[in-house]
Amino acid sequence: MKAPKGCGPAIHKAQRPQLGALYAAAAALVGTAAKGGVLPDDRADLLYHSYSGGGVTINGTSLLVRKKVGDHVSLVGNWYTDSVSGASIDVVTQASPYKEKRSQGSLGVDLLLGKATYSAGYINGSEPDFRSRTAYASVSEDLFGDLTTITFGASRGWDKVGERGAPDFKATADRRNWSVGLSQVLTRNLLASLAVETSESEGYLQNPYRQARYLSGDPRGYSYEKEAYPHTRTGNAFAARAKYYLRWRAALDGNYRYYRDTWGIVAHTAELGYTLPAFHRWVFDAHARYYRQKQASFYADLFPYQGSQNFLARDRELAAFKELGLGFGASWELRPRHRGLLQKATFNLRYDNLRFKYDDFRDLRVQGAAAGTEPLYTLKANVLQLYVSAWF
Amino acid sequence: VKPYEREHLADPIMSFERDPVSGAYLDHVHESREGARGATGNVGGGCGCN
Repeated sequence: MKAPKGCGPAIHKAQRPQLGALYAAAAALVGTAAKGGVLPDDRADLLYHSYSGGGVTINGTSLLVRKKVGDHVSLVGNWYTDSVSGASIDVVTQASPYKEKRSQGSLGVDLLLGKATYSAGYINGSEPDFRSRTAYASVSEDLFGDLTTITFGASRGWDKVGERGAPDFKATADRRNWSVGLSQVLTRNLLASLAVETSESEGYLQNPYRQARYLSGDPRGYSYEKEAYPHTRTGNAFAARAKYYLRWRAALDGNYRYYRDTWGIVAHTAELGYTLPAFHRWVFDAHARYYRQKQASFYADLFPYQGSQNFLARDRELAAFKELGLGFGASWELRPRHRGLLQKATFNLRYDNLRFKYDDFRDLRVQGAAAGTEPLYTLKANVLQLYVSAWF
Repeated sequence: VKPYEREHLADPIMSFERDPVSGAYLDHVHESREGARGATGNVGGGCGCN
């Protein structure tokens, strides 16, 4: 499909906002395994992942290796790749399909001294027109007879944003995060945790390819203009989580998160999960997740005229919507008869079905409707993970 | 809760992060499509670098 008139480059990268999240997830991956006065197990995980929904397919792999060096140091490395193909609704309505590969590598170290674990690491992510570097550090300590673990963390990130078809365009963004976490043993069957995180971003925070639409004399009834985001964003998130051991050897867990930021987004996330070991070597999981958010203050599906506001956005990620996710997982454990290098391994499958229902993001693929009366967009996605974990 | 009373808590099914690679990937799937981020329950961690 050709890019519409005035749309800029033919290749429209609708997935740009994923990058920050990608590196956040990576930081979580390499930065959270250490818990107070115990170093994490030596293990390796190889994951194949596939996301399919809204006309887009994203699949790839992730390899994590963690290994102790002596009694006080643990090293961890991760290599993540994915490949994006297809045409999301943004691409169909504004530009051309595209294919792209992305990769990210990270290295981290955990140092155990007494009851405290000090962690630090570095993450480097890149794709053809985007680069991100992130450094992080944290300290985690067990207190009160190892019933309480408290963690302080901080990170700093630097992004470089480019645009295909515009070699002179170069922009940067800085990210800073601070977090505090507290986990607590409440009873012999109940664990709970609290987490607070503040994030600050400054610089070019938008997607250079995305556009806002406004009412015009065009035969369609609307035209497009460049989006304009604020250059700063501060967000605060608070999460509470609990996990309960059931007497027939199963676990029930619940999680709630509240988020608010200076762009006007307010979000609630609630999750419920159930884990059941069965048949000696199997573990089954079932989980449900509900998410809803209020739109950013400068978001609109259709602006009244060109340049009607200082800040303009029509990104789905900033719209008001509700999301329901349902999933299940199964894991089979291999126990070698003679334990040499390999202590045990698990073969795992996890499937999630996600459904998004937008309150003010309209489906512009529908022809013949007056601007602003198109049906609201909905999205269904399937997420599949196949992975092998080995302890050594 | 005494150390000898923590048998259930030590069971792998009680871990908040039983599968770190899978958990990080799902965080990525969600955060790339949502406006909210951070405090994903990964207590003990250092950052959520957005």
